[in-house]
Amino acid sequence: MTSRKSVLVLGGSSDIGRAAARAFAKAGYDVALAGRDVAALEPDAADLRARYNVEVGLHKFDVLDTAAFESFVGALPALPDIVVSIVGLLGVQADAESDLVHATAIMRSNYEGPALILGLFAEKFLARGSGTIVGVSSVAGDRGRASNYVYGSAKAGFSAFLSGLRARASRGGVHVVTVKPGFVRTRMTEGMKLIGPLTVEAPVVGDAILRAVEDKTDVVYVSGKWRLVMLIIKVLPEAVFKKLKF
Amino acid sequence: MTLVSGWGRFPVVDSDVLRPRSFAAVGEAVSAGSVARGNGRAYGDAAIGATRTVTMTGFDRVRSFDPATGRIRLEAGVLLSDLIDTFGPRGFLPFVVPGTRFVSIGGAIAADVHGKNHHSEGGFGRYVDSILLRTGQGEVIEASRDENSDAFFATVGGMGLTGIILEATMRLRRVETGWIRERVISASDLDAAMRALEAGDAATYSVAWIDCVARGRDLGRSLVYLGEHADKGELAEGADAFPVGKDSRLSLPLDLPSIALNRISVRAFNELYYRMGARRAGGSHVVSLYPYFFPLDSVSDWNRIYGKRGFLQHQCVIPQAGARAVLGEILDRVARRGDASFLAVLKKLGQGDGILSFPLPGYTLALDFPVKGDILNFLDEIDPLVVAAGGRLYLAKDARQSRATFEAGYPALQRFNAIRKSLDPAGNIRSKLSQRLFDEV
Repeated sequence: MTSRKSVLVLGGSSDIGRAAARAFAKAGYDVALAGRDVAALEPDAADLRARYNVEVGLHKFDVLDTAAFESFVGALPALPDIVVSIVGLLGVQADAESDLVHATAIMRSNYEGPALILGLFAEKFLARGSGTIVGVSSVAGDRGRASNYVYGSAKAGFSAFLSGLRARASRGGVHVVTVKPGFVRTRMTEGMKLIGPLTVEAPVVGDAILRAVEDKTDVVYVSGKWRLVMLIIKVLPEAVFKKLKF
Repeated sequence: MTLVSGWGRFPVVDSDVLRPRSFAAVGEAVSAGSVARGNGRAYGDAAIGATRTVTMTGFDRVRSFDPATGRIRLEAGVLLSDLIDTFGPRGFLPFVVPGTRFVSIGGAIAADVHGKNHHSEGGFGRYVDSILLRTGQGEVIEASRDENSDAFFATVGGMGLTGIILEATMRLRRVETGWIRERVISASDLDAAMRALEAGDAATYSVAWIDCVARGRDLGRSLVYLGEHADKGELAEGADAFPVGKDSRLSLPLDLPSIALNRISVRAFNELYYRMGARRAGGSHVVSLYPYFFPLDSVSDWNRIYGKRGFLQHQCVIPQAGARAVLGEILDRVARRGDASFLAVLKKLGQGDGILSFPLPGYTLALDFPVKGDILNFLDEIDPLVVAAGGRLYLAKDARQSRATFEAGYPALQRFNAIRKSLDPAGNIRSKLSQRLFDEV
């Protein structure tokens, strides 16, 4: 280990995870990447080492395997200064409406797993008296919409969890950041119709996460336009909102 | 199917666009009529598959870097902008950069791009040691000057037609700073501009911007920019050794109406640009590498300035001996026409490295034209001047040259075709450009 600050990225093989890892490594942090398939993370680890000359560790992590969370945290060589959860599953809304297994996977991947693992890190950080927790939630959690309310409701739960955790942890020297990226051009959104002016590339989100950590921001809408869009969506009366198909 | 075009937004054609995330998926993506695409900065139809376009920008990892030698192994989708921003602050830059930094490594190899130092240091391919290539028949081979050397020299400048470039090993230049010591020379006409470029042979970097509206006695009046890497002692007190690459400060969110570029606005722009540059002429000063190498990158989507019908860039190279007469004739015709615009660039080139590389010892002239009126006919009448002088057109910019012009300009074409055939007997790798200029019909 070095004396540099360290960040653990949960969901390190996702496009936003890779972008966040690069942003932190570029700023001089040592990085640990965690994901289901450690071998698949190797090229990204090599990339970070070659680019930024930082230390990179790899760890196996499955967000659905909540029973293994405590041993996962316990097995880390050191408690990181920062933990970022990018984990999530968009799923297919139409399938989730009738397929309970699929709906459960969406709910657990976007709410239960991320909330539990970040909650566990929060306890360790509070015991230490320092640390930053970043949860990547979604604008979809700001209001349940007809086209993606299974995913949106799980993200809403995750946002609420982060909000409460922030209020509690701030008294103990631990900062909690909620990130709402909006549309991001990634593997997850490939094939979706994204609205150009509201869409950003993954590196923009990675940089925004680093900036939020360093500036101690509470809630980040990566594009300011989304804050406005969601404000409008949130204040629409239910009678009007329920007629919208989006 | 998706509508796809190059940077010039002409032509716009249908092609399936795939975005593989693993080399295995690249193999699955390639079917009859596929070609790789990097960041889409080829102007015409080079990076559009005959039926399938395989976008490689997802492959953006650095595999290894040795700071002792500057040797780097990269996936083909890494952008030069990324390479510069990442390794510049560590004291390493690419040896060759074209006029935009938003090109992929794979694209830079496929077009064997040149920079302002081609006359002195050669093209992009000269600094590439080896290429991991997935050939059209599905073999993955490592090609270098020693191993599979035919494939190597056909791939450098081969416009993606030898297969899909997956990775490459190249050398980076050690630099003390990210600053360039620039000297601007004001040249009152074409002869003066060419004299200044000849005199600038010893400079690492040289290029001339031509006011292509000026006519008569002023024909070819230019600003000649010479440059050298600045060392730390030359920097202003307190300046960072490596400047920060700013994101584009301006962008064009929509297409300008085609009326926006007209004789009056283009004339005014050229006049203003020449006068502002001429004021700086004479002494030397230190500038950031970003505005020096990539002046247009500060306006993102600048291609939209030409309106939604797009634009054409005509970039020719004329061998040294006949250059003065042909360049004078082309510039005269353009000045009489009056609608050539912002970018008119004159530069000396040296010997190319790849079998189909564009550069040859002489002068290259690049001109931009909006797609309208009789522009295609106008350019068809320019091409014979180029061919007669033993010159040729740059495939990375081309969207419209004829087969006759192409075949006359690239005498090594038969050798290239033979190598291409051996790597891809079934002819799986085909682009809109290869259909237009290479493939048997």
